[in-house]
Amino acid sequence: MIDDSKPIFLQIAELIENGIVDGAMAEESQVPSTNDFAAFHRINPATAAKGVNLLVDSGILYKRRGIGMFVATGARAQLVARRTEEFFEQYVKPLALEARKLGISPEQLTSMIERSSGLAPETGTEKERSAAL
Amino acid sequence: MNHTIVEARNLIKRYKDLNALDNVNLSLTANRIYGLLGRNGAGKTTLMSILTAQAFATSGEALVFGANAYENDAVLSRICFIRESQKYPDDFQPQHAFRSAALFYKNWDQGFADRLAEDFQLPVKRRIKKLSRGQLSAVGVIIGLASRAELTFFDEPYLGLDAVARQLFYDRLVEDYSEHPRTIILSSHLIDEVANLLEHVVVIDRGTIIMDANAEEIRGSAVTVSGSAEKVDAFLAGRRILHRETLGSLASVTVDEVLSGRERTEAQELGLELSPVSLQQLVVRKTMAGAGATGTGSGDFARDTMEARR
Repeated sequence: MIDDSKPIFLQIAELIENGIVDGAMAEESQVPSTNDFAAFHRINPATAAKGVNLLVDSGILYKRRGIGMFVATGARAQLVARRTEEFFEQYVKPLALEARKLGISPEQLTSMIERSSGLAPETGTEKERSAAL
Repeated sequence: MNHTIVEARNLIKRYKDLNALDNVNLSLTANRIYGLLGRNGAGKTTLMSILTAQAFATSGEALVFGANAYENDAVLSRICFIRESQKYPDDFQPQHAFRSAALFYKNWDQGFADRLAEDFQLPVKRRIKKLSRGQLSAVGVIIGLASRAELTFFDEPYLGLDAVARQLFYDRLVEDYSEHPRTIILSSHLIDEVANLLEHVVVIDRGTIIMDANAEEIRGSAVTVSGSAEKVDAFLAGRRILHRETLGSLASVTVDEVLSGRERTEAQELGLELSPVSLQQLVVRKTMAGAGATGTGSGDFARDTMEARR
């Protein structure tokens, strides 16, 4: 799951964010400890802590002294808002670029997107989509 | 808590006509996991031997816990050095080695050692001489972990350990380090296996430290650009090139630089492919750059590169 493309602490933060966005980590639920993250992903505990702290700083997680880390109320909405802003740069632009390279017209592209929206949002299609990008 | 515990200044170790260490300066901070990486004969073991007072430097100074470790029990009892080929007395069994370690290291955890011996399926009552290479390595790994010394060196501790046993070592290391933070220096050739465990990376090449940086800063500090050779070369003109490979009209070039978001988009628009460079690849490229080019100049190149990054 962890790769070399960017700093591991960012990848840890993203993994937690993904869990929050897709609902696997509910708001006000406890997230695993940094040591749990370190052991599970086989990474340096200081790195795991850096990733978790990034989310504490942005208000996604909060600390309860002596108990642990929890997902803040409103965290999901905050993440969805941010990711929606990033969606154009991250997904739409490369999509349009590849389409142009292949000679796919904007109309064809639109119809493809409409077709894919009809698909059930399973993890499989999700994977195919990111792979295609 | 995060203070300097090792300070090496201008260390030189000269053997006849070879400089095993050539003016090494290094400082290690408490409670981090360091990777000490480099090719065979680069000077890793020499450096660790001097820091643990098992060898003398020709010149220079090495302070550990603020003092010279040589014949200094107060310092030595806080250091554990697991060598690649540790020698034990002839009639020793692993349980004897553990008992000796228990006497020497004040943080020794016998329960942990017992659990590890079980995990590694080590016959603790067999003579060490009769153990397999992997079992011998397991003895060292167990002593290194269970001693919980404030400063622990593992010098290629994995010889003969199979993939499962190595994974066990890494897992126990991370778990125990989380519970009992300490300074660990891991010297390894299996860089891909340990890369994610490291907080800081020191690369030594022919007696000189050519990289001394936070592991997370190194991650993503180089990139490989591939595509049509003409476009790749035009795109990368004037950049610090670490390595270049060609296949017909295609080229794959690794540069020691971070690309900005705009540059990445530009590369994509040109139809170039960007791929990350692993720590192992980066170390190979950097230490190969040294071996290929003309002698000392390349070392300067690598140093300049690191300085440019800061």
